[in-house]
This record gives sequence, structure tokens and C-alpha cells, in this order.
Amino acid sequence: MNTSRSLASQIVLLAIIIAICVFPFYWMVTTSLKTQIVALEAPPVWIFEPTLSNYREALFEDGVLRTLINSLVIAVSTTLLALLLGVPAAFALARFEFRGKKDLWFWFITNRMVSPIVLALPFFLIARNLGMLDKHVTLILIYLTFNLPIVIWIVTDQFRGIPYDLDEAARLEGASQFTIMRKICLPLAMPGVAVSAIFSFIFSWNELMFGLILTRTEAKTAPAMAVSFMEGYNLPYGKIMATSTLIVIPVLIFALIASKQLVRGLTMGAVK
Amino acid sequence: MRGQASTKTIFAFLGPAVLGLALVGIAPLLYAAWTSLHFFNLTKLKRVEFIGLENYWSVLTDEVFWQAMGRTFFLLCTALPLQLAFGLGIALVLHKPGLTILKTLARLSLVLPMATTYAVVGLLGQVMFNQKFGVMNQLLGGANINWIGDSTNAFAMIIFWDVWQWTPFVALVLLAGLTMVPGEVEEAARLETKSWWTILRYVQLPFLLPGLVAVLILRTADTLKLFDMVFTLTRGGPGAATEFISVMIQRVGFRAFDQGLASAQAIILLIITIVLARIYIRSFYKEV
Repeated sequence: MNTSRSLASQIVLLAIIIAICVFPFYWMVTTSLKTQIVALEAPPVWIFEPTLSNYREALFEDGVLRTLINSLVIAVSTTLLALLLGVPAAFALARFEFRGKKDLWFWFITNRMVSPIVLALPFFLIARNLGMLDKHVTLILIYLTFNLPIVIWIVTDQFRGIPYDLDEAARLEGASQFTIMRKICLPLAMPGVAVSAIFSFIFSWNELMFGLILTRTEAKTAPAMAVSFMEGYNLPYGKIMATSTLIVIPVLIFALIASKQLVRGLTMGAVK
Repeated sequence: MRGQASTKTIFAFLGPAVLGLALVGIAPLLYAAWTSLHFFNLTKLKRVEFIGLENYWSVLTDEVFWQAMGRTFFLLCTALPLQLAFGLGIALVLHKPGLTILKTLARLSLVLPMATTYAVVGLLGQVMFNQKFGVMNQLLGGANINWIGDSTNAFAMIIFWDVWQWTPFVALVLLAGLTMVPGEVEEAARLETKSWWTILRYVQLPFLLPGLVAVLILRTADTLKLFDMVFTLTRGGPGAATEFISVMIQRVGFRAFDQGLASAQAIILLIITIVLARIYIRSFYKEV
């Protein structure tokens, strides 16, 4: 009796947790399927005839498609760049001893915590002077400030888990450090590399402030586009939710894939 | 054994990353420091002039700055206890044995709020908390609450979304701590007492502490960073009711165009962040 009641209360609690987490997404998707007239009905309606017109208009008439492509190009490029620079650095941090290792670590963590507005102010002025406003490459470089530390941290951790004996054996065969990294350690570190790539992609894709300040039209990112729908009096709520849905779906898929590592990544490994 | 590498090798592996990060992460800060020592207004670029520490003096004696700081910490002090309480509750429920499928489902749904684009959270807030056609007032039994246009309500709404988005993070961190408690220790304690509080306090809490410290420091840093969600939801309004520190610096720099003053504010924010990061490092990476 007592246990079945506690079981029932557990089921109810779990159902409430799931409902609270998921409901805003349900509301976002259903609103995106409403016409403007239905979306503005008060009180809101739950049952209506769904339409894809918001998606069609947003994607092909308002140029959301292009901003999604911009976001994709920027997020993928910055992730690849972060891996290219970060993986060798991670190998060095995991395998070599040298002075200043602690300071490097401190610098990475600080980058994780510093407000983007601190960098956005000087970046805007520098980019303006160099004629680099509204260029993809500007965002690709700037996103390194948070991607590079996260890649280096996760991959260093992964390299540390690979037995040193393997390196030793390869060195006796005359392999250089670079060969050891590429041929022996990197294949074994692939899970960590993949997770760090997912994180880097999510953070870049989600970023708003730099996109808002440093782009206008050509390199405009999808979140910045969603914000620009918020001008004026008669807000196109269905369209805003359609754009939001398109932005959020890829992130949620990646986050679910990396869900076991999410907490480790967000705390830079402080919580395993 | 380990670490036999020439300086040249180390530089070859580490150089590109350090150089890249210095280029985008440090050079701009130096430029911000330079700007902060000048009168630098985007609408009056003809008369940029060196004014020493005057911007810093203006910031430190500026009521608006301290009010934004106070507001930011007030948000932290209201949202964080809620996140800790709900997070601990969720973690304890998920930690109980049984109902595996439902618990896996719950754990996966906890991932969703954390990953949601912050800007989209704000947009969702606009739609769901609208006074007339928002679903929130409907769920509250046809209430007629003006969420976005009223100072107190707007603040409460920001707390709501911050708690929605980050309680799962706290819950998963604490859950990770709970699973570190050795099974036989917990079982022995459960034979001794039926009180969940006693078990929490004397058996589980020591394992939760590192996670709690991490949550405390990271939530503080993230609240100082908070921009996207507030910008899309209230733009700091009504008035300055939800103008948190990062939102305020953005307004001063890009809507009032006073880059000199905004840079001074940003440098002060940076110093606070560096102190926080130092504490974080001290707590977690003793033997890097």
C-alpha cells in the first residue's frame, strides 16, 4: 500500500518534470503552425487547422533560409578551425611538461566565464576599422574565443585517458610526436573530438550578441534574423515561432546525442 | 619519462592555438582598455580625446551602473535558490531506483531547456506571456496579468525563464553527485534511518558539495553574462526594470554610442569575472 502510493507519486512527479520541460516546445511548434489570425486569438486556441504557410513565408520570402545557411557555414567553419588549432594544443597539454601550463588553463576557464559584451565592444570598432563588419570570417574567428577553450579542454581530457605505453612503443620505432598524435592517439580520442565538435557547434549556432552587433545582411545569423522580426507593432508571432523552431531543432538533436557529456562540458570537467 | 619534448616541439603543437586565442581573446581587450581611457562616442568620432581614468570615475559614481549590478545580483539571489531547491528535488527523484524508462525519458527532457537557443527562450517568453493571447494567463485560469509591461511582473518573468532553463543543469550536476555515493554506504544508512533528510545531510551532502560549488560560481558568471534572453524578451524594460549588467553595457555602447564609458564598464565586469574564474580554478583544478 505504502510503496504503491510512493510509486504513484513518483510517476506523477516525473510526469510533471517532463511536462514542464517539454511544454514550451509544444507551444512553439503549434504556434508556428497557426495563421496570424489564429495566433492572435484570445484566449489562445489549442485545436486549430495547422498550416505550413509561416515556414514557407519565413524561409523563402523573408530570407530566413539564407540566415540558416549563414549560421550553418559559420558554426561548421569555426568548429573545424577550433579542432585544427585545438587538437594539437590538447595533445601538448596532455603529453608534455612545460612552464605556464597552469596559466594557460586559467586563461581557458576565464574565456568560458567572461561576458561576450566585454569582447563585443572592441570587436565592433576593430571590425569596422578593418572593413570586416558583416563578414562570415569575422564571426568564425570571434567564436574561437569560446570554442577553442572547450575543444582543448575536452580533448586534453580524452588524450590523458590513453595509455602512455602506446606512445613509448611508437617512439622506439622512431615515430615523431606528430605521427604519434595523428596515427596513434587521435583515432583513440575520436569520441572526445566528436563531443567537443558538438559543443562547439551548439555554442556557435546559439550565439546572438556577436551576430547582432557584427552582421547586417550578408552574414546575418538565424538568431539575429529571429530578433529582427520583433520590430514594429503587429508582430508576426507564427513566423517568429517558425523561425525559432528551425533554429532550435538541430541544437536539440545534437544535445540529445551528447546528453551524457553535457554537464561535464558545461562545467569544464569540474563535475564528471 | 613523460614530457620529453623540445621547446620547438611544444611550440609547434601549442603555438597556433595560443596565437589564435591571443589574437581574438586578448588583443581586443587591450583595445577596450585603450578605448576606456578616452572620450569615445560613435556619433562624435571627430573628437576622440584622452581623458585618463575619467570614464572609470564616472562608472564607479554612476547610480545606473550600481543599480544594474544590484539588479543582476538580485536576480541571482532569487533564481539560484529556486534552481537549487527544484534541482535537488528532481535529482533525488531521479536517483531513486525503479521506473527506469520513465526516468530515462525525464533525464532526456531535462537536456532540452539547457540546449535551447537563449534568444529563442526570450521569443517564446514574448509569445507565452503575452497579456491577451498568451497561454500563461490562460493556464492561470484566465488571469489578466500584464507580464511584459509591468516592472515587477517582467522581473518575475525573467526569473521564471532563468529557472526553467537552468534548473535542469543544477539537477543533472547534483544527480552526478548522488551517483558518486558508494552503494553500500547508502544502503547501510537506509537501514539505520528512514529520514531522507538525515541521509541527505550526513551521507549524500559531502558528495554534492563540489557540484554545488561549481553551480554557484558558474551561475554567478552566467548571470553576469545574461544578455540574449533578456534582450529578446524585454530589452531591459519596462524602463530599466530588467536591465542587467550585460544588457546595460550593450545599451551604453550601441544604443547611446558611448564606447568609452561602455568599455570602462566592461573592463570592470572583466575584473569581477577574473576573480570568479580564479576561485573556480582554485576549487577544481588543484593538480593540473
